[in-house]
Amino acid sequence: MTKVAFTNRRLNHLIYVIRENPVTLLAFSLFTLIILLALVGPSIAPHDPIKTNATNALEPPSLSYLFGTDHLGRDVFSRVIVATRLDLGIAFSAVTISFCVGCALGGAAGFWGGWTNRVIGRISDAIMAFPLFVLAMGIVAALGNTIENIIYATAIINLPFYIRVSRAETSIRRNIGYVDAARLSGSGNLRILFTQILPNILPPMMVQVSLNMGWAILNAAGLSFIGLGVRPPNAEWGIMVAEGSNYIISGEWWLVIFPGAALMLAVFCFNLLGDGLRDIVDPLRRT
Amino acid sequence: MHQTYFLDIKGLSVEFRTRNGTIRAVDDINFHLSKGEFLGIVGESGSGKSVTAYSVMGLLDSAGHPVCGQVMYDGIDIIKATENTMQDIRGREISMIFQNPRAALNPIRPVGYQIEDVLKQHQLATRQTAKSKAVEMLRQVKIFEPELRYKSYPFELSGGMCQRVMIAIALACSPRLLIADEPTTGLDTTTQKATMDLVKELALKRNMAVIVISHDLGMVSNYCNRLVVMESGKIVETASVNDLLACPKHEYSKRLIAASPKQNSCLENLTISPEKHLIRETFSHSEKKTSTPQLSKVHTLLDVRNLTKEFPIRNSFKNFFFQQTNSYHRTSCRAVDDVTFKLESGQSLGLVGESGCGKSTTSKIISRLINPTSGEVFFKGINITNYDAQDFVEQSERRMIQMVFQDPTDSLNPRYTAHESIAEPLRLLLGMNNSHELQLRIFSLADQVGLSANLLERFPHQLSGGQKARVGIARAIAVKPELLILDEPTSSLDVSVQAIILQLLNQLKNVLGMSYIFVSHDLNVVRLMCDRVIVMNQGKIVESGKSFEVFNSPKNPYTKALVEAIPRFEK
Repeated sequence: MTKVAFTNRRLNHLIYVIRENPVTLLAFSLFTLIILLALVGPSIAPHDPIKTNATNALEPPSLSYLFGTDHLGRDVFSRVIVATRLDLGIAFSAVTISFCVGCALGGAAGFWGGWTNRVIGRISDAIMAFPLFVLAMGIVAALGNTIENIIYATAIINLPFYIRVSRAETSIRRNIGYVDAARLSGSGNLRILFTQILPNILPPMMVQVSLNMGWAILNAAGLSFIGLGVRPPNAEWGIMVAEGSNYIISGEWWLVIFPGAALMLAVFCFNLLGDGLRDIVDPLRRT
Repeated sequence: MHQTYFLDIKGLSVEFRTRNGTIRAVDDINFHLSKGEFLGIVGESGSGKSVTAYSVMGLLDSAGHPVCGQVMYDGIDIIKATENTMQDIRGREISMIFQNPRAALNPIRPVGYQIEDVLKQHQLATRQTAKSKAVEMLRQVKIFEPELRYKSYPFELSGGMCQRVMIAIALACSPRLLIADEPTTGLDTTTQKATMDLVKELALKRNMAVIVISHDLGMVSNYCNRLVVMESGKIVETASVNDLLACPKHEYSKRLIAASPKQNSCLENLTISPEKHLIRETFSHSEKKTSTPQLSKVHTLLDVRNLTKEFPIRNSFKNFFFQQTNSYHRTSCRAVDDVTFKLESGQSLGLVGESGCGKSTTSKIISRLINPTSGEVFFKGINITNYDAQDFVEQSERRMIQMVFQDPTDSLNPRYTAHESIAEPLRLLLGMNNSHELQLRIFSLADQVGLSANLLERFPHQLSGGQKARVGIARAIAVKPELLILDEPTSSLDVSVQAIILQLLNQLKNVLGMSYIFVSHDLNVVRLMCDRVIVMNQGKIVESGKSFEVFNSPKNPYTKALVEAIPRFEK
């Protein structure tokens, strides 16, 4: 019974947050659309995204090919839809890794201070000292040109942002009353960190996550654009933009515009999502 | 014939627009003020006293607006006045000092400059004369070495000094009306006395009218001629101080006066009808049986020997470059200096002193949240300082020593409901996982501290201050500790709530047979709650003994000053 009441309260809160802020509603609808495309994309795509068809290469948008076809006669619309899964998958996994590792490292640095803090702080400073995209290129080039390595590279270059935010937020809360109270209630250090501090730094971290999602998508697309990471003929927004860029001059604009717009919408959506997400995870907004 | 007053408020109502509709914060209030008069506005949080002050200043924020009535200041209707007129009036005619002086001062600007800003704003000083005028103001508010302090930043000054600077800023343009909104809340009693004496002296010299807003009836009645008592937006009584204290007419005034601890009050008199329902008959029977054997045999529960705690003074730049050569810089400060005392079981001990005297550090060492630099704490004959604070969780003594924290808001995890907060120690320290047993225990605890069961599912921000304090107490007594450390448990509560919480704590102590260490700066409260008292100053114990002896005939000069500074109702 209490479980049901609890879910109900969560749901009511979600509805309240969305109703309060129309921008959040817009962001959430976009987000739902993108997620849906990622889940069911391959099955709703009208054409095979990989099958080439030289006879109707470089067709402009028409009813049968909504976004036109590319230089190998592949349907751009299908490719844009199918690419959602891959792009989002890379960004999600990268952000999840950097969020978890960053929270743990930053939390430890903020909570214990001293040497832990110094070592972790210097590591994140060292990462930040590189031009981040070049670092990602280097990592992918060194580890090998696979999707997993793009994920690791994106995760590593995003790590310092998570470490910094979680370290600062943790060190504010390290000596707060409820942490002392938890110690009196019999909680050890790790338990305090995981049950008292980390849940309470979620709101600022969530803003970071959503901004970072957009950034991670761009980063993955950027790596593919310069030829690292995802390989043709796989559908991916960055590769599609790269391949299409040769045809801009000759007037075949649809090759670049549609994957570019998809990329832009996805990034835009995650940037908008930040505030809404914070409102949802912040208990103070629950009334 | 209608008499015109200096400040005349007629039928003022202020409404606030919020998410849940309009709230009337101030409802049809009328009062007036003559030149040079001291008026006190007393009430508890949410009574609308600050909103009244902000209306007089024309400083209501955008959500609040006066719906009817007028505020006449020397012939000007402040509610109808334009923003330009108000900018001229604010600071020059009407000034205000705020509750938290440190927050009201600009932290990155030297205090002297901040005084100059006000003077220049109102064209009362030129660039050449501003500095000397600012220094003169600092001298008038009795800041030691004003020329040096002129360049100080707010963080370099103590709370009392900051409040003096605020007063200097407020009085720089010689206003004719000063509004002091909780001017001494958060300051020590001796500082409070010094600050208020200063305001009184300066006001008399300038024939300035003063409105003092406070929840502290004792302080207000010491300095004001007339009092206005407010309750939920309405004025319930306006009377001269002597009349109000001698024979309050309104029910609320009576309750308020009763709840303010006085020299001769006892716990039972704090509320007009003590909350008797709190401890149920059936419950107290079963609890008493278990606790009587402990009570009958008096033994030393806590033995603190030569406790010392030093904190390193952080100066990272110097430490970084000159690690060894710190011979003439003090590298540590002694927060607790050679403290020794004993506590018998079932007794309650008061720990009194001003902020920074080391009382909170002492209580944190005893509750084993931090490690002492040297010294020992024996709890029931076992040296608990042998264990590191980080490892104390695993010792069986953890359960026996519990603590109630000063700030009820800050000490509850905002993501836990009241129920989860109380369940935490039961799960971890008593290993209660059986949800039925746990539920019963939590309900009985909530019942014990007078928290109704439907509040248990709420988050801290949905509870009032008093309710949060009850959750904190319930959590602390959940594991049946033998020693309960109360670190200023009522300092952030209204007096009427404080009265109820103090009675509750006293009843719990008798029923559960706990010993208390009661840490507080409020001597009246300590005298009510404790058999013995220890007075601390700068980390050292300066006096200890039976409560009434210490307070009635203090021997140490510091204790004397402390006792002197308690606001007295009797003139």
